Amino acid sequence: MQRIAQLAINEEGFVFDPVQGESFTVNQTGLLIIKALKEGKSQEEIIRELVNRFEVDEDKARIDLVDFIEKLRSLNLL
Amino acid sequence: MRLKYEKPVITKVETGFMNKFGSSPLYARKIRKDIDGVSVEELVERFGSPLFVISERKLRENYKRLMQAFSSRYPNVQLGWSYKTNYLQAVCAVLHQEGALAEVVSKFEYEKARKLGMEGHQIIFNGPYKPYEALKLAAEEGAVINADHFDEIFELERVAQELGRQIKIGIRLNMDTGIYPQWSRFGFNLESGQAMDAVKRIASGDKLSLNGLHCHIGTFILEPEAYAREVKKMVEFAYEVEDKFGYSIEYIDIGGGFPSRIKLKGTYLSPDVLIPSVEEYAEKITQALYESLRPGDFPKLILETGRAIIDEAEYLITSIVASKRLPDGRKAYVADAGVNLLFTAFWYKFNVELAQEASGANEPAVIYGPLCMNIDVIDEGSMLPPLEKGSRLVFSPVGAYNNTQWMQFIEYRPNVVMVMEDGSVEVIREKEDLSDIERRERLPEKLKLK
Repeated sequence: MQRIAQLAINEEGFVFDPVQGESFTVNQTGLLIIKALKEGKSQEEIIRELVNRFEVDEDKARIDLVDFIEKLRSLNLL
Repeated sequence: MRLKYEKPVITKVETGFMNKFGSSPLYARKIRKDIDGVSVEELVERFGSPLFVISERKLRENYKRLMQAFSSRYPNVQLGWSYKTNYLQAVCAVLHQEGALAEVVSKFEYEKARKLGMEGHQIIFNGPYKPYEALKLAAEEGAVINADHFDEIFELERVAQELGRQIKIGIRLNMDTGIYPQWSRFGFNLESGQAMDAVKRIASGDKLSLNGLHCHIGTFILEPEAYAREVKKMVEFAYEVEDKFGYSIEYIDIGGGFPSRIKLKGTYLSPDVLIPSVEEYAEKITQALYESLRPGDFPKLILETGRAIIDEAEYLITSIVASKRLPDGRKAYVADAGVNLLFTAFWYKFNVELAQEASGANEPAVIYGPLCMNIDVIDEGSMLPPLEKGSRLVFSPVGAYNNTQWMQFIEYRPNVVMVMEDGSVEVIREKEDLSDIERRERLPEKLKLK
């Protein structure tokens, strides 16, 4: 989780990775997850946060979180 | 209050790449909620998923458009419906109602056409293997028979002997029309003189008489000019035969091979740009006929168009059953239909439409079928929005060859329905169950487990 800790994030969802020099855009749910991962929160905590803030149930949030984390891995952000 | 949920998405910002297409690939998507006015969701509720859906209206329209293109240019045109392209009874029956003959290439297909109600004289019998008894029956019943090789000519002579009368036959030719690969394994080669040798053999035996010529230059032919070359060579050969042997060539059967509107793998241009219209084929072919035919001579022009009539009249509805992330970051979906049902997936880049709205940005995705085989890929890469389990996709065109070349491998074949012209929906092939697959099996007594 070190690389993600170095990401520069703005509130609009613009993400800059100083290690690779690459930029990304994320939507609001993606932004919440990246911020939470940066703060070292657990997956269960992140799921709770998603359910609290968005109209989504726990099962769906879990499926999407797992997929998003796989995507971050493929982008070398994790 | 909670905010509206959207699946989390991260997109890499790429600079320096230009998008020459107008719309953003991140949000462009194709939606099809109904087929001929019947909603996809309703179809799946009633008939299950996956589901083949054929449009009767579109099928009739395609036939009429093709026939209109040719018969408005030439007075003597006949279509032989290519059974192998799709021999579901309902499909054949629609086309026979419209006036098509049956074009069959095996004993099985001959039997199918007869059972459906076609008379022998309404059947064109082609193909490299016609078993003796099938050949004899076809000759007895007056079918149009196009001989493929010398052995078949000898067999037909035997049939004529047994029947005690002369039989009219056609021969299949193969020739160079500029198309690569040249289909040279069927029929008699024109340029080498083999075709003329076949005619000589027919004449010297005197048990048969030649009344037609058949040829098929290949499949998915994108060059109308190739048909013009084919027609010119066939007509020249017909006159040579008529003048030398006194036969009357009553029909010129130019086979099939017209494409449907679909992107083939490996092509860059969109089908709208690449694929000529049937009118362009009709124009080239009839023009070549008029340039080669003697004044006042109008032999029957037989077409064996399959793909261009049925392909775009059929759709496959499939459901997403799982999604996963590939190591290279691409999204992958598992659908309940695979190459077991979509044989043409090996060549086609299908038109994939969503049956429901989906929110979220598109991302590159690959769609796999349900088979435990690496080759089971029905879409190698499309930009798709996040799809939930249970989402429906509509694949098209799927009418050509899939309902004949599908395979029963670890899955049952699903329902095939036809949306009729009046908007009602009929099951035209019921989905299979275990009894269909095991009906012909016999388990020896000593192997029975209980």
